[in-house]
Amino acid sequence: MSVVRIPPTLRDDTRGQREVMAEGETVRDLLDDLTARFPSLDGKLEFANVYVGGEDVRTRDGYDTAVEPDDTVILLPAMAGGS
Amino acid sequence: MASYRELLRRVKAEIDEVDAQTARELLDSAEPPLLVDVRRRDEWDEGHIPGAIHIPRGSLESRIEKAAPDREQPVVVYCSAGERSAFAARTLGELGYEDVTSLAGGFTDWKRNGFPTQVDRALDPQRRTRYSRHLLIPEVGEEGQLKLLESKVLLIGAGGLGSPAALYLAAAGVGRLGIVDADVVDESNLQRQVLHATADLGTPKVDSARAALEALNPDVDVVGYRERLTSENVDRILGEGWDVIVDGADNFPTRYLVNDASVWHDVPVVHGSIFRFEGQVTVFKPGGAARGAALQDVHAWRGRPPELTGRPDDGDGAAADGGPCYRCLFPQPPPPELAPSCAEGGVLGVLPGVIGSLQANEALKLLLGIGEPLVGRLLLFDALAGELNEVAIRRDPDCPVCGEHPTITEYVDYVEFCAGVQHA
Repeated sequence: MSVVRIPPTLRDDTRGQREVMAEGETVRDLLDDLTARFPSLDGKLEFANVYVGGEDVRTRDGYDTAVEPDDTVILLPAMAGGS
Repeated sequence: MASYRELLRRVKAEIDEVDAQTARELLDSAEPPLLVDVRRRDEWDEGHIPGAIHIPRGSLESRIEKAAPDREQPVVVYCSAGERSAFAARTLGELGYEDVTSLAGGFTDWKRNGFPTQVDRALDPQRRTRYSRHLLIPEVGEEGQLKLLESKVLLIGAGGLGSPAALYLAAAGVGRLGIVDADVVDESNLQRQVLHATADLGTPKVDSARAALEALNPDVDVVGYRERLTSENVDRILGEGWDVIVDGADNFPTRYLVNDASVWHDVPVVHGSIFRFEGQVTVFKPGGAARGAALQDVHAWRGRPPELTGRPDDGDGAAADGGPCYRCLFPQPPPPELAPSCAEGGVLGVLPGVIGSLQANEALKLLLGIGEPLVGRLLLFDALAGELNEVAIRRDPDCPVCGEHPTITEYVDYVEFCAGVQHA
């Protein structure tokens, strides 16, 4: 199980939780598991950058990037707010 | 007890002196001595010998070692007439400097000989007082403060992020602040937009911002653009020559427009964004001389171990060129329903204070060329958890704007782009 940080814009889908647990050996498996736990996330995660160990998975193996159980996974969509 | 004249006579007997002509020959030689001006600040400011360093006599003992660590290095000291420098020469001798001479007749005699002098740009006494806490920091100092006073920062938005950023940049003495904001002050702004006051309700934000900033620091020239940044006006506004852009916009179309324009105008952007309790800060600086090298560095972007594409980190701000742009980080915005604004989702009033201040901090670092700007690093602040985290951002060689083969080379319809047309 890995810790997944949920961005504030998606917390309505995780019952307000900032951090949740999810399981998966790759980012793809982990996001699938996350969506299974919180079905209303379906279709929303593709718009978030995914960081494993502080690194953008796009610069590694994308959704095939391996996730270790003690990795923290950060989901990060763009936020426009500034005012 | 010795009189001053008696004391001076004795000191002069103990030290070596050179006349102006000899001093000039020494200074023009292949191995010139270190020339130290021991006069007061105001005397130095009025003119000094080119190539001299200034250490007022009162600080000589404490500061000479840093300026001249090698005690065998020849040193020539001078003052206005050769008296204070005689005492200074004796002090240096006591500190172990082996080859010290005092310029007989001092700067007065030097000038009388028609030898070259130099007047530095300098802060006047009033500014010296105002910026004294900057002057005390070696990384800023007088040179840095003069640089800030000549710097130009463009703020996109005078709202939550723009307010603290503008206040701190103005207080720091950034010489020109441009502010782009089409709005008027609304009552719902005042919970966080500290640039504006209750009396400003209904006033254009650029006007209340100018009044507040010029009241804070009359050194700052505030240029207001009471308009929304668009593809039509962006070249005119950016064309006025800015050193740094502080992006505190409140919508995606403006974010992407600022990005594309800043890449094409080669101006670094200090990016901040906020929502509820969380904020993000980074610096986009894709341009500059290092761009080609940076592109080579990311050739193997995908699948390359992160440590091999590590962030520029040699501590020299200028070396941090060639970083990612906003589109490298977020190629596309989320669809509007997944990206509520602060107006829709709310924001803790102090959060923009934290994030906007971090933006001001990054802007000052870029202007001064000090420290490690947040190039290639996205700082994440969580006010509720009290946590700062950081993730890496890499330049995307396939980026449509700053990549190797850009496919977007002119302004697009940003509203349409952000409405999700690209997702179809």
